[in-house]
Amino acid sequence: MATVNDIPMTLEETKEPPNAPVIAVKELHKSFDGRVVLNGITLTVDRGETLAVLGRSGTGKSVLLRLIIGLEIPDAGLICVNGSNIAGLSIDRMSEIRKRMGFLFQQSALYDSLTVGENVAFPLEHHRSDLSTSERGDRVRQLLAEVGLEDASRKMPSDISGGMQKRVGLARALALEPEILLLDEPTAGLDPISSGEIDDLVLKLQRERQMASIVVTHDLHSARTIANRLALLDKGDVVIEGRFEDLEQSEIGFVKEFLKQS
Amino acid sequence: MNGHAITPIAATQPAPPGHETVNLPVSARSLASNLLGFFDWFGNLGLFTWKVLRAAVTPPYEWRELIRQLDEVGSQSLPLVALAGGAVGAVLSMEIRSSMVRFGATSVPPSAVIYSVIQEMGPTITGLVVSGRVGAGIGAQLASMKVTEQIDAIEASAINPYRLLASTRILACILMLPLLTVAADACGVLMGWVAQTLVQPISFQQFIGSGFSGSTLHDFLPPTFKTAVFGLIIGLIACFQGMRTRGGAEGVGRSATSSVVLASLFVILADVVLVKFILVVFQ
Repeated sequence: MATVNDIPMTLEETKEPPNAPVIAVKELHKSFDGRVVLNGITLTVDRGETLAVLGRSGTGKSVLLRLIIGLEIPDAGLICVNGSNIAGLSIDRMSEIRKRMGFLFQQSALYDSLTVGENVAFPLEHHRSDLSTSERGDRVRQLLAEVGLEDASRKMPSDISGGMQKRVGLARALALEPEILLLDEPTAGLDPISSGEIDDLVLKLQRERQMASIVVTHDLHSARTIANRLALLDKGDVVIEGRFEDLEQSEIGFVKEFLKQS
Repeated sequence: MNGHAITPIAATQPAPPGHETVNLPVSARSLASNLLGFFDWFGNLGLFTWKVLRAAVTPPYEWRELIRQLDEVGSQSLPLVALAGGAVGAVLSMEIRSSMVRFGATSVPPSAVIYSVIQEMGPTITGLVVSGRVGAGIGAQLASMKVTEQIDAIEASAINPYRLLASTRILACILMLPLLTVAADACGVLMGWVAQTLVQPISFQQFIGSGFSGSTLHDFLPPTFKTAVFGLIIGLIACFQGMRTRGGAEGVGRSATSSVVLASLFVILADVVLVKFILVVFQ
């Protein structure tokens, strides 16, 4: 596994090193109106690996994902994708990086004026002009089949359940065949059966596509099921990072309390 | 508690040297805050305009979305604009007749109605009607997309939302306002004739012939094309207010309202400047 020392520290050093992690954040800081949300966190994720980011509400888990995909700009620190620093890139240069990322929003964020099929086709229409209409249609059907929603193509997002909306969001996130998948609370607000189905789906996708993934979640059971490693955040810092067994054996008070309450 | 008020410790101790605070009166603080907010709004509007402009002139171009917005702003607003233009033409005809009869005139010159409609009332009414319908629509739609993270989802899909959402809507407003103004003018002139001919019959050909005699394109083109500026104002303000929305359903409501109010206000203010500009340059 690549380590944080493989991450370049300055913009000038951002030539892609051969063993660079797919995603690496180093000394990342972010504040909103003077309130520190991330206080210099450092994390890495390799190809085919899933990192679950856990923590209490308001500890900056979702902000971390928004920083990685460029929806927020960090106050300081580096965000490297395949060894290149992407922090603070212009919107058009960032778009090129985003084509390699898939993002599932906490509330799915489906376009409410488009059907389920049109939602999934949306990134393809804008970035895969090489595909004919019928090829795009086939790709949408294939993606919907992959998330078990082949019959919902003509439905509106408001006509399907929260769990189905998450699946559509996942299909849309996978449309451009990303090498990085960012999932923000994929099981939040879902019943245990739907949560299990989403977990199974994420596991299946990981096996088949070998993406580097970061999953932000409160759901310890889900994190344990789908992630190779877990990172627990508190007050903008990583308290502990490792396998679930490492968290279980930790003597840190906050880690014990978090596991006990989860 | 024994009824004594609790005094904060900080309030009882004098500030250390060099840390004295200046206590402004409440009205002065409020004025300063409003002034700051005013400049902040204009600064952000400037940045937003720059981002939209840069996105609009660089490929890829969002032709399909532009056509959809041309239909939304143009075709969908046409009935309302035509009705408003017709009503204004009829009212102007009646009012002008009433005023002229009071001063002893026996008939109303058609040019009075036609000039009033085409030079001022048609463009202004079109600007205000579109501010209401399209400004509120764009403001509310983009605000709703913002608070439900749909705009973030567009950006996360590697699509520039300034290009897809803002530039297409603003361009549609700029292109459609002059065309809608022509429709409002036509309905205003037609209804002006109807209102006049009901009182004092006159053929439509005679009304038009007399009304336009001696006029040039300079009399009619600048007032019509000035509405492209109204379109820019309406589109820009509605997109800006919508895309900076915060705060759920209440925020959406606030953005829709502020889009209409600010767009209408700036259309009226811009009209003052444009009328003076047209008078200086074209006459």
